[in-house]
Amino acid sequence: MISDGFSGRRGRDPRLPPGQYDVGGSFPVLTAEATPNVTQETWTFRVDGEVETPTTWDWAGVHALPGSAYEGDIHCVTTWSKLGTSFSGVSLDVLLEQVGVRPSATHVLAWASSGYTTNLPLADVTGGRAWLVWEHEGQPLSTEHGGPVRMLVPHLYFWKSTKWVAGLRLLDHDEPGFWERNGYHERGEPWAEQRYAGD
Amino acid sequence: MTDSTESTDGAEGLPQLPQLDSPRRRVPPTGAKRPWQTGTVTEVRQETPHARTFRVQLAEWQPHLPGQNYLVRLTAPDGYRAQRSYSAASPPEDPGVVELTVDRLPDGEVSGYLHEHVGVGDPLEVRGPFGGWFVWRGDRPALLVGGGSGVVPLACVLRSRAARLAGGRESAPVHLVAAARTRAELFYADELTGPFAQDTTVVLSREDVATGGRPAGRLRAEDLLPHAERLGALAGGEDGADVFLCGSTPFTTAAERLLQEVGVPADAIRVERFGPS
Repeated sequence: MISDGFSGRRGRDPRLPPGQYDVGGSFPVLTAEATPNVTQETWTFRVDGEVETPTTWDWAGVHALPGSAYEGDIHCVTTWSKLGTSFSGVSLDVLLEQVGVRPSATHVLAWASSGYTTNLPLADVTGGRAWLVWEHEGQPLSTEHGGPVRMLVPHLYFWKSTKWVAGLRLLDHDEPGFWERNGYHERGEPWAEQRYAGD
Repeated sequence: MTDSTESTDGAEGLPQLPQLDSPRRRVPPTGAKRPWQTGTVTEVRQETPHARTFRVQLAEWQPHLPGQNYLVRLTAPDGYRAQRSYSAASPPEDPGVVELTVDRLPDGEVSGYLHEHVGVGDPLEVRGPFGGWFVWRGDRPALLVGGGSGVVPLACVLRSRAARLAGGRESAPVHLVAAARTRAELFYADELTGPFAQDTTVVLSREDVATGGRPAGRLRAEDLLPHAERLGALAGGEDGADVFLCGSTPFTTAAERLLQEVGVPADAIRVERFGPS
C-alpha cells in the first residue's frame, strides 16, 4: 500500500537495512529493566558450560588481552541504526580460545547481572564477529549504554549485544533468551528483517 | 528474579544464572505471525498541542494486553518504507479497533506524516499487537509511572481495568503517576483528572497542580512512596506489585533511581524507554 503523500527522508544510505532509519549523532537508550549498578571494580565476566576450563575475568584481566576494535554500523530492532560508529575492547575469539570450546558446544547464552539474557548460535560470536567492548567512539562506555562492559554483535539486531554483560554460557542446545521468549526473533538478522518470532 | 529456583539451562553443576523474568511467567502469543493489515482511521482527536489519537478499525483485530504496541508502516511510491511502534491506548475491551496516540516529534518522519496527512477515512497499514514484557494482565497490583507520551500504555491499563470492573470482572488495584511539563501537555488530562482521578497522581514539572496543590517540580520520592507502599511494590518477588515505568531516557533514568531510593526492588521494575539519549 502506497501512503498517499509520503516520500520519506531524502538521502537514504545504502548501509541502512530495510525498515531502518539513520539516527545520526544520537544513540538511543533502550532497556527492559532498571539500570544495574555495575562498576569497573565489581564487573566480572565468566565463560562456562561446554568449555574445557571455565574462566572468570575482571576489568584488569580483559584489559591484559590483545585489544580489538569495531568500526561500522549497528541496528536496533526498534528501527534506528547508527552508521559509522566505533567500539573497542576484545574479540570474543580471544576469550573462547583461552577456555577451550568443546566440540559439543553449538549455542551460547549471554547474560547480565540484571538477569537479562540472549541466545546466539556459537557461529555468530566467533570468527571476528563479536566483542566485549568498554569504549565507544574513544570514550568509556557509559552505564546507560551497558558500561562498564557490554557485548557487541553488530551483524545482528542490537538486543543481542547484551548490556552489562557478566557471562557467556556455552550450551549443546539452543535456549531462548529474554526477548526471544518475549516474541522476538531467534536470530535477529537486520538484512532479513528478522524482528519478530516467525519473521 | 535473581533467586529463581529453576535452572536456566538444565545443565548440571553450573551456577544458577540470574533471571529477569520468572520462567513460569505466561508470555502472550506475540510471537505468532502478526501480518500487516490495512486498517481504516475512523476518528482523530487532538490530545495535547503535539499529540493526536488515531482510532483505527481493523478487520483482523486480535485482543491486546495493556502495554502492547502496534507497528505503523508508511510506504513511498519508490518502495521506501518507514515504520515505528506505538502503544495501544484503547483497551482490549474496545473490540475491533485500536487507538494509537502519536506524539509529533521534531522532524519526525512518521509522526509528522501521520499528523499532517492522515484523517478520518484514510487507510493505515499496521501490524500487531506485539510485546511480551511490558504488559499488564489484570491479576497483579501495579504502580504505573509515565512521563509525556509514556503515559499512553499506562492509560490503557486504567481504561482496561475500568472496563473490567464495569463488566463485573475482578481486577487488581493500580495507581498511575502521570508526569508532564504542564497540564496542557498532560496526555488524557480530562480523563486522568476526571473519571480516573482516584487512581492517578498528576506531576507537573512547570506548574502547580490545581487540585491538591502539588507545587511545580520534577518527580519526587513523595509522589511515589505512598502508592508504592500501599500497592505492595516494596515487597518484590511474586507477592509484590509490579512497577511499569515508561518515558524518555532522562525521565525513566530519574524515576528508576527514585523508585529504588524509596525501596522498590530493581527486579520489580519493568521499563519501556523511547527517544534519543
